[in-house]
Amino acid sequence: MSEYRLEMHNVVKTFPGVKALNGAQLNLRPGTVHALMGENGAGKSTLMKCMFGIYHMDEGEVIYEGERVQIKGPLDALNRGIAMVHQELQPIPERSIGENIYVGRYPTKKIGPLTVIDHDKMYEDAAKVLKEVHLNYEPKAHLGSLSVSQMQLVEIAKAVSADCKVLILDEPTSSLTAAEVEALFTIIDELRSKGVSIVYISHKMDEILRISDEVTIMRDGQYIGTWSSKDLTTDFIITKMVGRELSELYPVRENIPGEVVFSVENFTSINPKSFRNITFELKKGEILGVAGLVGAQRTELMEGLFGLRAHTSGKITYKGQELKISQPRDAINNSIAMLTEDRRATGILGVLSIADNVSIASLNQYLIGGVMLDDAKIEKLVQDNVAKLSIKTPSSRTQIQSLSGGNQQKVLISRWLANNPDVFIMDEPTRGIDVGAKYEIYCIIAEMAKQGKSIIMISSEMSELIGMSDRIMVMCDGRVTGFIDGKEANQENIMALATQFE
Amino acid sequence: MQKSFDLKKFLSNNAIVILIVLLAILTGFTTKNFFKLTNFGNLVLNVSPRFIIACGVSGCLITKGTDLSAGRAVGLAACLSAMMLQSIDYSARMLPWMPDIPWPVALVIVMFIMGCFGAVNGVVISILKVPPFIATLGMQTIIYGLCSLITNNQPMGGYKQSYLSIANGSVAGVIPYLLIFALIIGGYFWFLYNKTRHGKYMYAIGGNENAAQVAGVNVQASLIRIYVLAGCMYALAGFLVGAKAGGASTATGMGYELEAIAACTIGGVSANGGVGRVGGILIGVLVFEILKICLQFLGVDPAYTYIAQGLVIVIAVALDLRKYLQKK
Repeated sequence: MSEYRLEMHNVVKTFPGVKALNGAQLNLRPGTVHALMGENGAGKSTLMKCMFGIYHMDEGEVIYEGERVQIKGPLDALNRGIAMVHQELQPIPERSIGENIYVGRYPTKKIGPLTVIDHDKMYEDAAKVLKEVHLNYEPKAHLGSLSVSQMQLVEIAKAVSADCKVLILDEPTSSLTAAEVEALFTIIDELRSKGVSIVYISHKMDEILRISDEVTIMRDGQYIGTWSSKDLTTDFIITKMVGRELSELYPVRENIPGEVVFSVENFTSINPKSFRNITFELKKGEILGVAGLVGAQRTELMEGLFGLRAHTSGKITYKGQELKISQPRDAINNSIAMLTEDRRATGILGVLSIADNVSIASLNQYLIGGVMLDDAKIEKLVQDNVAKLSIKTPSSRTQIQSLSGGNQQKVLISRWLANNPDVFIMDEPTRGIDVGAKYEIYCIIAEMAKQGKSIIMISSEMSELIGMSDRIMVMCDGRVTGFIDGKEANQENIMALATQFE
Repeated sequence: MQKSFDLKKFLSNNAIVILIVLLAILTGFTTKNFFKLTNFGNLVLNVSPRFIIACGVSGCLITKGTDLSAGRAVGLAACLSAMMLQSIDYSARMLPWMPDIPWPVALVIVMFIMGCFGAVNGVVISILKVPPFIATLGMQTIIYGLCSLITNNQPMGGYKQSYLSIANGSVAGVIPYLLIFALIIGGYFWFLYNKTRHGKYMYAIGGNENAAQVAGVNVQASLIRIYVLAGCMYALAGFLVGAKAGGASTATGMGYELEAIAACTIGGVSANGGVGRVGGILIGVLVFEILKICLQFLGVDPAYTYIAQGLVIVIAVALDLRKYLQKK
């Protein structure tokens, strides 16, 4: 038997327009915590989904406990002892905790000819595994009554209940408070001492260096290397992750923030759990970063400002004039643009051409006689943008969904630039984009700021916020908890504000 | 290698069209009179109103909706036209008080009324957010009930000559008026879909409604416009169908919505939204009509014809969706 419990070799996985994995590998020893690191879009989650059977890899092999196996699906993975706690939880809040733990593999018993679910056994077993993860909750309680972090523990309980030998934790701490992280680490330690192999995906360096035994780094879907954690430093990891020196990560910014052009006062959501009493100002030519944990309501706030979500009170002022924004059109007409967080869901018009995607928000500018669209003018706009933002596409007639994430993002930026906005809200502008394209997006952002556009940039990547922002606004649980000057910002002072719960 | 792959793709993407063309060739060589000019003339007369209906419903389909009220709307439009255009000396006039009005006036009135029904569909779908399938299914039944009510379930005939000649007449004895109507509508829709904001917004909504809204598209207004326009097209088609048949009843137009939806789907309007061209719709209508004529020539029992049509609809949608599933 080999020294590894699970090995993945030369994994290749292609999605339309992007090669997500290209020669990825992972070797997992029993009883260790193995950190998997890489930038967003490096392919970490994709690799884990291949291991867990959610995706089927195009090429490559999985060797599990010395045998070559094919994992057909999540249930097959669970039966083999591989469990995964997803980045986005998939709970069924209306059902009980016990049912959520055993969904799809309920214990059964026979009543005459019928096989029925054995509820007594299910809740007994559930109580046991809940104890193992230190969650003192009645298994019959609705899952919906738990907090996000408790739900996460339920997910881990689910993995424990499957007697797993491999446990995948995909960004488990992204929505946890410091105390909750400690509790989670205790559980991870216990599992490790029982011989479980744990794959731990996280962006947080301090956590990685503390909890993990080994680190594998990926970049652009490729395997970069595996190191023992005790030999590693944060700088080394970042350099390996991004594949270039730190000083070259972000372009030199030449923008000079001017007078205040846009201000928000006491902006409050219609949903009491969402953003409230938000007040901030934005200067001409300024890049304002917005930091916060998952659930800090950053996206909700920006969607509120853009008219995608309703607000109850608050005042938005633009160049001294109060704006009434109740739908995106109102914002667009007032020179505000917004790049949404989820490109696929609310950004691209997938089956439509690049030309249509670029021009859709500015069609009023290309009318002949108020009725007919001037195709030549639209084509010129598209060609200008393709050249200016170096969008890689066969032609302007190409469907946008066949482009890579970075090029899709550039098309969407072009869409808004066609309207010449003064305020540009960008929600996670580099999510799911490879490293090279990221740098290009940073350059575009820097150039826009230099031209005097004001930019609000939400990001979950600390280094991106610190590297690109003139000022950082930090949010926690629907409130603004503070502002930090870009030059003074660091991981510690941002996190301190981001975890300032009431 | 590359070339044979492309051929396979072409065959699978156009399977239904190819099969029906083959069927037509087969029918042509095994039966008499199939390739005759009169048969072709009939084809043109049958295709014209159906193409207009298909154009109307295509906007609904491209925006991921549907309109099941199309057929009954055609029926109501035919009945309304009948009521207004019965010959003044016809003894059994439905509305004895109706003055003698020229047919263009009647057409405008019918289009206005059916446009209102379309507006109701559009409002229910875009503002009340009722799924189009349910909303238009309800409207289908409502329109049928109204039609029965206003006609007392009586079939109508005795049209005045000027109305009848729209369907029977032609320019210089060669180009039927019906074809001219269809060509004008086809040209109008081509322009609308390719050269106007409305068209771009329609494709955008079909491609990704949420993204279209973020891009500032007035989704609700666009959808209402689409359903109003659809209603107007059913009005025109009903007006023409009535003239062609020389009469109208509550049964007029029954099942036309399925023919129109099938024709659109065969012609490449995707059930996934955002895709569909006017040229494709024309091919779809033609092909579907040819299928019906073939089955008729081959002496197939009408009952089987219905079964064949139903199968074609389901297969066309399945093939269409398969194109998208492969990409996942």
